[in-house]
Amino acid sequence: MAEITVTVDGVKYADHVEPRMLLVHYLREVVGKTGTPIGCDTSNCGACTVLLDGESVKSCSVLAVQADGAEITTIQGLANGGLHPLQRAFHEEHALQCGYCTPGMIMAASDLLRENPHPSDEEIREGLEGNLCRCTGYENIVRAVRRAAEAGVSE
Amino acid sequence: MTAQTEAPQAQAGEFGRARLRKEDERLITGQTNWTDNITLPGMLHIAFLRSPYAHARILSVDVSAARSEPGVIAAYSGADFADEQGSLPCAWPVTPDILIPAHPPMAVDEVRYVGEAVACVVARDRYAAADALAAIEVDYEQLPPVLDIRTALDEASPKVHEAGNKSFEWPFAQGDIDAAFRDAPIVLERTYRQQRLIPAAMEPRAVVCSCVGGEFTLWSATQIPHVLRVMLALVTGIPEQSIRVIAPDVGGGFGSKLQVTAEEVLAVLIARKLGRPVKWTESRSEGNMTVHHGRDQWQRIRIAADSDGRLRGLDVDLLADMGAYLMLVTPGVPLLGAFMFPAIYKMDAYSFKCTGIFTTKMPTDAYRGAGRPEATFAIERMMDELAAHLGVDPLVVRERNWIKHEEFPYTTIATLTYDSGNYEAATAKAKELFGYDALRKEQEQRRASGDPVQLGIGISTFTEMCGLAPSRVLGSLAYAAGGWEQASIRMLPTGKVEVVTGSSAHGQGHETAWSQIVADQLGVPFEDIRVLHGDTQVSPKGMDTYGSRSLAVGGMALVSACDKVIEKAKVIAAGLLEASADDLEWTPGRFAVRGDPDKGVTIGEIALATFAAHNLPEGVEPSIDADATYDPDNFSFPHGTHLCATEVDTETGFVKIRSYVAVDDVGTVVNPLIVEGQVHGGIAQGIAQALYEEAVYDDDGNLVTSTLADYLVPSAADLPSYVTDRTESRAANRLGVKGVGEAGTIASTPAVVNAIVDALRPFGVDDVTMPCTPERVWRAIQTAQGGPQGIDGGAA
Repeated sequence: MAEITVTVDGVKYADHVEPRMLLVHYLREVVGKTGTPIGCDTSNCGACTVLLDGESVKSCSVLAVQADGAEITTIQGLANGGLHPLQRAFHEEHALQCGYCTPGMIMAASDLLRENPHPSDEEIREGLEGNLCRCTGYENIVRAVRRAAEAGVSE
Repeated sequence: MTAQTEAPQAQAGEFGRARLRKEDERLITGQTNWTDNITLPGMLHIAFLRSPYAHARILSVDVSAARSEPGVIAAYSGADFADEQGSLPCAWPVTPDILIPAHPPMAVDEVRYVGEAVACVVARDRYAAADALAAIEVDYEQLPPVLDIRTALDEASPKVHEAGNKSFEWPFAQGDIDAAFRDAPIVLERTYRQQRLIPAAMEPRAVVCSCVGGEFTLWSATQIPHVLRVMLALVTGIPEQSIRVIAPDVGGGFGSKLQVTAEEVLAVLIARKLGRPVKWTESRSEGNMTVHHGRDQWQRIRIAADSDGRLRGLDVDLLADMGAYLMLVTPGVPLLGAFMFPAIYKMDAYSFKCTGIFTTKMPTDAYRGAGRPEATFAIERMMDELAAHLGVDPLVVRERNWIKHEEFPYTTIATLTYDSGNYEAATAKAKELFGYDALRKEQEQRRASGDPVQLGIGISTFTEMCGLAPSRVLGSLAYAAGGWEQASIRMLPTGKVEVVTGSSAHGQGHETAWSQIVADQLGVPFEDIRVLHGDTQVSPKGMDTYGSRSLAVGGMALVSACDKVIEKAKVIAAGLLEASADDLEWTPGRFAVRGDPDKGVTIGEIALATFAAHNLPEGVEPSIDADATYDPDNFSFPHGTHLCATEVDTETGFVKIRSYVAVDDVGTVVNPLIVEGQVHGGIAQGIAQALYEEAVYDDDGNLVTSTLADYLVPSAADLPSYVTDRTESRAANRLGVKGVGEAGTIASTPAVVNAIVDALRPFGVDDVTMPCTPERVWRAIQTAQGGPQGIDGGAA
């Protein structure tokens, strides 16, 4: 077992974990952050995307021990009270149906807008290539990210 | 009490409003209750050992070493369940002589597809359970796989089941097919391949089961909590009243969670054996192998037509891959297609035959559209072939054959009565949005200039049958259950409303749309309504969600239940207003005395007075709650015209969708936002079949596409933007609604493939096998040009 200290959504945790434990299992099963779901086992779907020190990662392809000392932001800690502009935009543009991909999609989009605050539709599509959605056909996701970009994510 | 009040501030006309969804808040903030999020005290984790062989005899299974691994509570083989596990159900024995082989949830003697469960470990955590699988010893004697339905019925073919590889043969015929083909000026025959698909809902399956004092609670990522409860009782012998099934938040289904699975049954049995709650969550790789697959047909289709292109007859011979066993509705899927091959076209005769064939692969079953996308693909491809044969625009050939709007209701050659539709209107609107004539001109120019990137225009003037289904029709097709739906309205004392529905949403937005319907019917605010579903203890009766049935059947049940509430409220209102019930007038939200509109009482006040029950008329029960069960008279028939423009690089075979226009007629619309979303997602799944997805088994019967790295669910970067619009012809039900869940998927696949073939007609190409990968498109061109490369790399 390895001892790690991780800050998740602003709260500091110290835990003993198996060295092989995936970050997503640590978040879901040790910290209790079940807002981050698991959609695959080959890092293709992006459902488990979180921010690690501000950059998006697929938490199924990071070991919990690699997150030692890091600051993690999940969908449950994205907003500072109320809704983050991306969360609001996803709601207003009907950019989710079953909602399973949504946490990862929003986290990936937040990183996309950090790097490129005013992306074109094509850049949004390319930027979210690593996140799969089976319900929406992506049209409204693109609209939502565009809307959030227009509103300014730092709003 | 004679109140003189205004009706509550209901938003006038919720029907048709683009309401933002009530269910979003928990989904966008990570507060969702997926089955895998559920943790119960003392809960154990199950991991399954699965067959690495497509076909093998099980000589022995030794789980003893696994039992002594750290953290392991139990390990079982199929023999441990043999006396209690029953056989997974097939609810659709389509013919009297159908072969339905026993389907044990855990294999005992023989495995018939890669991924079939042969043993399991139950451990303290998921890591320990997975580790201990390695300690299980299984001896197999390999048997030959059966992989191709075109040869599986040959005398020399190995057998999947001792009784043979043929499950059933289902014929259907109307009109004189021989006369239609005799001396027909045009007879065209084509063979199309409907590749095998993996539904790939984003949420993998998960099951949690607890057993306390003989009472079972099963949480499952399922579309069908009610059907599942009945089936679990029948399979395991556990009394139905002792089983509660909960479908919490469910992350998509597309038919794949319309199933009674081995893992659900085994979770129940293991919870009973151990007296502790258990959980199983599949990995995606496990899911690709063992969630039922879709499609997988070979379609031989022949049409006879007059020299002007008017259809005379249609003859379809279908081979359908059942996979290794028949699951819940496996054999019924191609039958749903049987009625859709004639589509929107008039003809004199129709002959259909489907043969259901076993292979050593994962069973097939319902996948978005279930039978109807397959049929629509074949007929819409054929209409393009007919147009090419005649040298006329494919829209012209379609118009020459389709049912005119003034001819509705129209009974088709497949004996369905289409209640409404207007193919002219949808097509005219689609053509305009698409810029059809300009694109045809550009196509001519590119052809004339020999542009290496050719433009193709694909058409799909589809219809479908949905709103499953009139119970008497299901009965006549040998389906084991009915097609009704249930709704309950509970009027709370504070004037708020609980709506209980038997349909079970998993992304469709029922909590929002059902609130809109009830708000209009009862005249209460949208915000005052809560919709409950997906728990057999809360919603005891239901037929669940699939087949685009929720609105056309479940929505109508809501209206019936509201009618009953109003009827009961009227009696109590009459008492409150000291008036005769016959003198009361209802405007949504309020009863008033005719001729004295100030003298009235709101539905909320009636609810409170009913709760108090101090002063009700003699003999009237103190409740205005109501249940209703609605059984439709007919299917509903959404239709539309989808147009797709593709740019096909003839040097590389790469296909780019340049524009996509969808005009759908789904009847009246409760919430246009939700409808548009359903159309978008449907189109995406149909495009995915046309361009990207295929479940591939190798020559030994191993699934090659077992991960999302190999099975290409398209991303945002792979898909185009869609232009959507609607036309509206009312369905014959009171709301005028048809259903929209499957329309996009049914429509889009042939639109895309027709566009690719249209681009390549000058090269002599008349088909590209799906998925139309760059390699396949390039090979199709080479083959048609007399080059050396056939579709599979063989000689042209």
